Amino acid sequence: MLAYLIRRLGQAALVMAVMATIVFFGLYTVGNPIDLLINPEDDLAAQEAAMRRLGLDQPIWVQFGHFVGGIFEGDLGTSFVHNRPALELILSRLPATLELVFFAMLLAVLIGVPLGMIAGLRPDAPSSKAIMAASILGFSIPNFWQGLMLIMLFAVYWGILPAGGRGDTVDVLGIPVSFLTWDGLKHLFLPALNLAIFKMSLVIRLARAGTAEVALQDYVKYARARGLSPSRVIGVHVLKNILIPVVTVLGLETGNAIAFAVVTETVFAWPGIGKLLIDSINLLDRPVVVAYLMLTVFMFVMINFLVDIGYSLLDPRVRIQARGR
Amino acid sequence: MSAAADTPLRRLAGDFVKSPSAVVAAIGLVLIVLAAVFAGAVAPQNPYDLAQIDIFDGSLPPGSTGFDGFHYLLGTDEQGRDMLSAIIYGLRISLSVSFISVSVAVLIGLVMGMLAAWRGGWVDSLIMRIVDIQLSFPALLVALLLLAALGKGVDKVILALIIVLWAYFARTVRGAALVEIRKDYITAARSQALPGWRILFGHLLPNVMPPVIVIATVQIANAISIEAALSFLGVGVPITEPSLGLLIANGFDYLLSGRYWISFYPGIALLLTLVCINVVGDQIRDILNPRMQR
Repeated sequence: MLAYLIRRLGQAALVMAVMATIVFFGLYTVGNPIDLLINPEDDLAAQEAAMRRLGLDQPIWVQFGHFVGGIFEGDLGTSFVHNRPALELILSRLPATLELVFFAMLLAVLIGVPLGMIAGLRPDAPSSKAIMAASILGFSIPNFWQGLMLIMLFAVYWGILPAGGRGDTVDVLGIPVSFLTWDGLKHLFLPALNLAIFKMSLVIRLARAGTAEVALQDYVKYARARGLSPSRVIGVHVLKNILIPVVTVLGLETGNAIAFAVVTETVFAWPGIGKLLIDSINLLDRPVVVAYLMLTVFMFVMINFLVDIGYSLLDPRVRIQARGR
Repeated sequence: MSAAADTPLRRLAGDFVKSPSAVVAAIGLVLIVLAAVFAGAVAPQNPYDLAQIDIFDGSLPPGSTGFDGFHYLLGTDEQGRDMLSAIIYGLRISLSVSFISVSVAVLIGLVMGMLAAWRGGWVDSLIMRIVDIQLSFPALLVALLLLAALGKGVDKVILALIIVLWAYFARTVRGAALVEIRKDYITAARSQALPGWRILFGHLLPNVMPPVIVIATVQIANAISIEAALSFLGVGVPITEPSLGLLIANGFDYLLSGRYWISFYPGIALLLTLVCINVVGDQIRDILNPRMQR
């Protein structure tokens, strides 16, 4: 197990190094951030002073050397735009993204599992066919356009929910959260729903397939034969047994949700790390982009590792060693 | 199975028409592709010819008639561009970007996947390790970071999509090739002392194609939606060559003032295209899937 973790971390370090180097030099060739940052009416001396302050006057190799040296001191550079350490900046935005992803997952399960079970119990009913058609649509619909349409309906035509932003927040243990205020909840709902619809379609399919299979098992027949009420059979015996695949797949999907949060956060102006990434790419804020990349690679490796461990705990037939090629 | 079904292609067609929804989707897809290919002839106006657009016709709702009697079926954007024409031209860019990138990714995936299965050993481990690592990250995120480093441009979007997509094909091809390599016809080809490349491309290649075709249809839809998302985020195609994603992004600013049609209709076009491809792809998968064959 330890050897497995070490090999995984080694791989992650390699991926981080390769991607960070590509993006570091790539952003350098795309453009000079100083052109976007300073007042165009400033004279040449002011421009040069600004470049010196950000270290951009030095050759790219020297800049890269500073960057690599900084990593070993836990310093991923300072944002050109915000003038704060890049890592600190990203970590300050991370709670907003995690809150969004968490509520999206919650919505996906709370709505997706019951709908999938309905479709699985009565596969030929019109309501089940409608649910499955909706889930196919949920897979195909472009996420960002779906967000625009949600804004159009809820914010522009009905005017019942705000179009973007995060609303009022409350500090819990020093971290601002939205879901504890009414205004924050109203701001959270649309972006969370937008992020949830794709996962919901996935959960519906998993829950339907699981229900159709479990409903035929002997223990379900036995539970019925004992005279238990249908709601108890479905709510306890069936539900428990379909949750394992749902939970594992959703665990794997957490990483994807963080990636797709980039799109949702941009549409709804939600101040998380995804929106920060897009703003930083547009402003050529290299330290933030590179720091985001390294942090995400790390998070992905950890998520995959936890899912692997979860697999082997839930299903003893899966041995970790067997997965290493 | 009818008696006329003698060639694989005819058998495929025969199975395909058994699903009415797949036939409707296939017809829709053909129409969409034809409209995109012959955009110049199909579109009511050339939206990028400044002589044809009239700024005074800007932001007209769908169904309006312009000053010179031109009928704007889907309305106009703020510069007086006919949205229907802009969508058809945008469709052309979306489709060609995804088609080119998937084609190249298929080629790379075929070569890499067959090489991994054929050579085995360290070649196999190296290629599959790269594939595994790449597939553990979401395609959209990898493409986004690559484009941050490459800058905007149609060619750069294609390059990023190729880098993201080849791994799916390499994995599928390797899996199929490992099964095929154990079969007698490969042993027969080997015992004839044919050169390796002739066995790979002459004998193995045709037999690993069915799963590749299935993955390719799915990945074209995937490529279209990744490209649209990248362009929406502002790192994809440049403003001079707007794809559907960029058209939707341009309409975003006008949505809040109620001018919904500028991003609504390009999105409908995108959605229809994706649904048609997915339905056709599902049907092809069901036909080619050996477990479903009678």
